[in-house]
Amino acid sequence: MALEKVNAVVIGAGAAGPIVAKELAVAGFRVVLLERGRWHSPWECRKDDLRNQRTNVLGNAFGPEDEGNPRVLVNQQGEARVLLPSEGGYNNNAACVGGGTLSYGAMAWRFHPDDFRTRSRYGMVADSTLDDWPITYDDLEPYYEKAEWEIGVSGDDSGNPFKGERRKPLPMPPVKPDSIEHQLLEKAARKLGLHPFHIPMLRNSVPYGGRPACMRCRWCVGFACEVDAKCGTQNTVLRTALATGNLELRTRAMTKEILLDPGGRARGVAYFDENDRLQEQPADVVVVCGGATESARLLLNSRSKAHPRGLGNNSDWVGRNLQGHLYTGAFGLMEQRTYDDLGPGASIAICDYVHGNPGLAGGAMLANEFIRLPVQFMNTRPPGVPRWGLAAKEFMKRNYTRAIAVQGPTQEIPVWDARCELDPEVKDRWGIPVLRMSGGRHAHTVEIGEYITYKAEAWLQAAGAIQTWRRGGGRGLSGGQHQAGTARMGHDPKTSAVDANGRVHESENVYVADASVHVTNGAFNPVLTIMAIAYRAGEHIARELKGKGI
Amino acid sequence: MKRRSFFLVASGALTGAGCGHRRSAPFRTLSESEAATLEAWCDALIPSTDGTPGAKEARTSRYIDIQLTRRFRKFRPQYQQALAAIEKMTGGRFTEISVEERTVLLEKIEKGEGDKALWGPDGGREVFNLILQHTLQGFYGNPRHGGNHDYVSWRMLGIPVVPVRGRGVAYGA
Repeated sequence: MALEKVNAVVIGAGAAGPIVAKELAVAGFRVVLLERGRWHSPWECRKDDLRNQRTNVLGNAFGPEDEGNPRVLVNQQGEARVLLPSEGGYNNNAACVGGGTLSYGAMAWRFHPDDFRTRSRYGMVADSTLDDWPITYDDLEPYYEKAEWEIGVSGDDSGNPFKGERRKPLPMPPVKPDSIEHQLLEKAARKLGLHPFHIPMLRNSVPYGGRPACMRCRWCVGFACEVDAKCGTQNTVLRTALATGNLELRTRAMTKEILLDPGGRARGVAYFDENDRLQEQPADVVVVCGGATESARLLLNSRSKAHPRGLGNNSDWVGRNLQGHLYTGAFGLMEQRTYDDLGPGASIAICDYVHGNPGLAGGAMLANEFIRLPVQFMNTRPPGVPRWGLAAKEFMKRNYTRAIAVQGPTQEIPVWDARCELDPEVKDRWGIPVLRMSGGRHAHTVEIGEYITYKAEAWLQAAGAIQTWRRGGGRGLSGGQHQAGTARMGHDPKTSAVDANGRVHESENVYVADASVHVTNGAFNPVLTIMAIAYRAGEHIARELKGKGI
Repeated sequence: MKRRSFFLVASGALTGAGCGHRRSAPFRTLSESEAATLEAWCDALIPSTDGTPGAKEARTSRYIDIQLTRRFRKFRPQYQQALAAIEKMTGGRFTEISVEERTVLLEKIEKGEGDKALWGPDGGREVFNLILQHTLQGFYGNPRHGGNHDYVSWRMLGIPVVPVRGRGVAYGA
């Protein structure tokens, strides 16, 4: 039996969904937000270094659960394997209210203006699907600003000449740049003629939005913030949206499919509620915000006569171009102790190598890394140091507190064959077909990442490192927490899945408003861009609904 | 008394009380002899020295034993096979030979040069890596899971053992 009709049903309460829901609820529309995970409170932080969203050898703290959520990964040799969410290669992102924003490191980057026009800047790269976005940095600028002020960003990028214009400064100053690492790296960058500045972070440096400032602990990326100083969607826009009385959030609600009329218009969605009962939620508009892998899965699982291969997929663009970031960089060992236990650790960045690298079609922002807990450093060593035995222990003992890591997210060259499709056999605990993922990175992405390692190493050497080593990357399938690209936006339905507003070309009332729509994924952590796109889509959908007299 | 000092005194008193014997409680999944073999294996991976603790002091085999009832349940057959195989290689004397001799044997397994009849088609490479990672987790990870007893590895590294800033005395304070 169908539930009472609402104006909009939004699927996924991660980085994007609560923003769309809030924009619609504040505009007076009735909204249902479906989230497959549950609420977690800041007091569930637990400081568990073996069970969190970054190091999950004992499981994911914030979902999805290993039980009943398999995926299939086809490796570079063509062998298929069923994977659990806590296994490498699953390309997991948290499944909970707030999604990744509950436990992220919270870097809050605006993409560079040229990140939206990589094809115009670099020309076509062979064997890729490199293209410009249908929107520009200037189109998104007001929404970046809205995300920065409504959700809350600290930092100071005024020292960064490699960025688009901003109309307003960030609302909060940076977390105090007092760590030894920051001071060494800042001096070194200036010596090299580079342009260091304070990383923008979705983290309170001063009380903001009714929540306190960061207490500088070491348990940051991968963990919920114990004092709620990290700004996610769950402690900002979602509260605003719920306060309107127009939003109903349903947790432990797993969406099965978008229900389609023969013409492609959506009637609503079918989902399994917290008691595993199948429900139908009718709505005027359906907004998909499940993250690039799960959003693609939902579209592919939503079929009708007019969409035999899944909604939005008549031109075969859904699930294609899966991309994340290739993280590469270098480690350096210092003569003196650099560990001062001042979280979050990451604080200083340079954008000198984001674009304009000779002979290369891209680059990366470079920054110092978050505090590495002992379990995150125990497999890190320069060539020649054994993995185990006395020498391995002695290396850890001497160098754990003297190591600095500098790394950055190389903007990936999108690839047609890096893809998510439905597995013909494997199903989840509700009987819904799961993803089968295959393909890998473009060779040129790996070349750019390799170039970046030398820049990271030079920075560390200038900072006084007595020993350095570089860490490049491979061609394995990329997605992870930065997953993007599986329902590309574009003007032409033959070469994209959604239009410039996120509306699925093949349906008048289904939108995708998460990182799935990214044409390329920037040389930066993508979350602020995801938020900006969600604000823009929410505003657009509210306007459309009003235009229809709803 | 500061809160942290209280904890240190209290935990010291507790561990001191029942600690005449090295193992205060029986292992959950491993037999007495399997546990001894695993401990000798872990000891070679992270040896104890005069100045610094090793896998033994951190009780990494305890961590592994506990996890074999939970997240590592699926690895039980691999553990049983590997522990039996290493004993077979040494005529049941793996726990008695020196750390240097154990190291030489384990280096063979690491390279996949174990007898395939005993170790399977990869010569032991995979199970070696599995046990290495689990041992490192039990040594460097949070004590809540049964390893890193009394924060021995964190003390060795020189990082504050009170895990939250604002809750205790920061390093050097």
